[in-house]
Amino acid sequence: MKLPFAITLDPGSSRHNHTGSWRTQRPIYVDRLPPCNATCPAGENIQAWLYHAETGDYRAAWETLVADNPLPAIMGRACYHTCESACNRARLDEAVGIHAVERFLGDLAIREGWPLPAPAPASGKRVLVVGAGPSGLSAAYHLARLGHEVVVRDAMPRAGGMMRYGIPRYRLPREVVDAEIARIAAMGVRFELGERVGDLPGAMAAGGFAACFAAIGAHLAKRVDIPAPDATRILDAIGLLRQVEQGEDAPLLGRRVVVYGGGNTALDVARTARRMGAADAVIVYRRTQAQMPAHEEELREALEEGVEMRWLSTVKEMGAGDITIEKMRLDEAGKPVPTGEHETIAGDMLVLALGQAVDLTPLREVPGVAFTPDGTVAVGDDLMTGHPGLFCGGDMVPAERTITVAVGHGKKAARHIDAWLRGATHQPTPEPAPATFERLNPWYYSDAERVVQPQLELARRQGTFEEVHGGLDESNALFEARRCMSCGNCFECDNCFGVCPDNAVVKLGPGRRFRIDLDFCKGCGLCAKECPCGAIDMIAEEI
Amino acid sequence: MSDQRIRFYQTGTFTVGNRLLDLGKRTVQSSTERANALTSGHRACQGCGEALGARYVLDAAMRATDRDLIAVNATGCLEVFTTPSPETAWQLPWLHSLFGNAAAVATGVAAAMRVKGKATRVIAQGGDGGTTDIGFGCLSGMFERDDDVLYVCYDNEGYMNTGVQRSSATPPTARTATTPAVGAERGNPFGTGKSLPLLAMAHRLPYVATATVADLHDLEAKVTRAMSVHGARYLHVLVPCPLGWGHPTDETIMLARLATECGLFPVFEAVGGELAASTPIRRRVPVEAYLRRQRRFAHLFDGAEPDPRLARLSALAEDNIRRFRLAAPEANP
Repeated sequence: MKLPFAITLDPGSSRHNHTGSWRTQRPIYVDRLPPCNATCPAGENIQAWLYHAETGDYRAAWETLVADNPLPAIMGRACYHTCESACNRARLDEAVGIHAVERFLGDLAIREGWPLPAPAPASGKRVLVVGAGPSGLSAAYHLARLGHEVVVRDAMPRAGGMMRYGIPRYRLPREVVDAEIARIAAMGVRFELGERVGDLPGAMAAGGFAACFAAIGAHLAKRVDIPAPDATRILDAIGLLRQVEQGEDAPLLGRRVVVYGGGNTALDVARTARRMGAADAVIVYRRTQAQMPAHEEELREALEEGVEMRWLSTVKEMGAGDITIEKMRLDEAGKPVPTGEHETIAGDMLVLALGQAVDLTPLREVPGVAFTPDGTVAVGDDLMTGHPGLFCGGDMVPAERTITVAVGHGKKAARHIDAWLRGATHQPTPEPAPATFERLNPWYYSDAERVVQPQLELARRQGTFEEVHGGLDESNALFEARRCMSCGNCFECDNCFGVCPDNAVVKLGPGRRFRIDLDFCKGCGLCAKECPCGAIDMIAEEI
Repeated sequence: MSDQRIRFYQTGTFTVGNRLLDLGKRTVQSSTERANALTSGHRACQGCGEALGARYVLDAAMRATDRDLIAVNATGCLEVFTTPSPETAWQLPWLHSLFGNAAAVATGVAAAMRVKGKATRVIAQGGDGGTTDIGFGCLSGMFERDDDVLYVCYDNEGYMNTGVQRSSATPPTARTATTPAVGAERGNPFGTGKSLPLLAMAHRLPYVATATVADLHDLEAKVTRAMSVHGARYLHVLVPCPLGWGHPTDETIMLARLATECGLFPVFEAVGGELAASTPIRRRVPVEAYLRRQRRFAHLFDGAEPDPRLARLSALAEDNIRRFRLAAPEANP
């Protein structure tokens, strides 16, 4: 090689010097479990579908979403979004509006007619699902995807369960329920409606079903005896909501409706009463606001609509046009005790919203099935009852009674049923370690308020059953999705690639993330420290 | 809702890249096409801020000049850890002569390029020792002659390579080998040192700027702007030094960030000797948050009582915030 004037030595590259030998610790890329995913009762991979939504690839986002939950448009409206309470972003400004983005994706899929994924090749096995509520629908969908032939039976004339006969229209429009159920039917799931199943083992044997998933819900209203001159003026909440939905013989509500109870159903009834023309809707609850099981958001909206609350009160007696209530107080243990102090309030109708029980009749005689002391069906971790091949989920097993829990049961049961049909045991994949807020480097996230879904004008809300919450449009759904911090999962921000003083991070290209070049990585840890989402761990080298 | 300002992306503009941003809005460092002017295998300490800063600056300058660039280096860490004969970590034409004459050599290189009719641009670079102390005479000459050179000082606030001695960029109270934490006034005394950015402004240069390795977007924008102007320009980059400052190797960028967020290191631009723009403090922190993480300031925190000199350092930060207008926009009157 001819060297320039006065140059005597060919320069060698420093790349001959493998500084990786200095290292005592090395960075590794990890995927942690974000808090939203960890708390989702339906087991959604929220961070993953938001990741797609952030780029505007809503189809991919929706497909990732429905891999776990076939009812996103319903869920985006009726789920109480525990994900948002857990969201790490809440510690920075406000939680990501996950439910709003989910609803946007769900509505878009209905508008665009996106189909659910095609089922796997037929397994030749038939599975009976009893109950076409969220749990049954979810199980039917997942079983169908796994290639099983699924028949869904329900006692009511239309599918949907509590989503149709319990949740009022202003919270969950029926077109949405219809559309998402139709999509499951389009996969080949057969619906046999208006058919009450009285004898589960008999139905299984008659139809040649190898397994059965029963999710018949909790439809029996709990009652208390309240002296009244005219018993027809006392209704139960769940029956009332069902009648309103069925339309034909909707009960004539009084002018002054008193609702007894403190759950979401009580609020649903009071808000429904307001919409049906009741001048007053009063909720009587024996404990305090803080102890109320209903969700805060529902309570706020009910108050906005003019629903009145009577805390620390019980209903003693019903008169001709009034109702006697007794004041309560909390004892040291926080339990309500009567004070003996009475009050009369105006009321010509009393609705009991004191919770629901499961109608266990179809299971009473089934050999092997056991029950819990509080009137639900005892199941194992795999949701199977003591009767081989009979699985139960949703409101009829011991768990929190929400749509999302029910959907989660459906998925879980489907996986266990699938394994059981193959003579195997379903082993859930172990969960990764949690992606805690402390692992984030929030400096890299800028501040932004959450986009608030437009709310129906108050005036319109009180008189109609129009949906209360509007949806997001595309621009603000995108904005909201991009507020996700992608906790614990690399979102390709290039920070590690940029901050390495030794060029020891290799960028592999879109969707392929990064790799550490251990020939040169000195193990300084800058990449891990400056990773915004905590997706890099430093682990000790074995020396 | 349509009038809502979309001022937010998942990671804003604070990360190096981000797949959601247009390619044009991502940094040079986020590109696999970056020059890597300072490549792997160099012998800088783990977590070296200067190695990082030099690559950031030179890669941005390489892009701004279509890779038609020569670098002249003063003696210092940067020269020692990159070029132990016969190896070099530089992937651009690079020249080293003496400790004190980098500015003068760069002047000569720029003149030679002009004579040869080439458009090649010139960067001179050095540490704070080679810039504020040893090379200051040559540098001031380069400034006053308005030679077409961008001079970049990587400021780690001391002579780190030779064993952490004090320089005229060492902050008050910092412990170094020559300002030990003993005696009545432990560490570097107050009232010493100089601000080279202010001295450069006094030369009425067309462009003077400060930056840190914690804000890459800002640093690259300043290099790009500097390369778009001709004449003598000066860029002062704060580069934390795990060895000399006594901090964990993974906190280099965090400390650069804290230095600006507490007000002790002002980030600004000056044109023609006048302050033109400042980077406002985003989340103000007390000076203690910055100082406590460094062993060179440990003696400020070893007594039962808070050291009264903390208040003086705090006052320095306040003074910077006022003088360089570093308060957040809404707080500015």
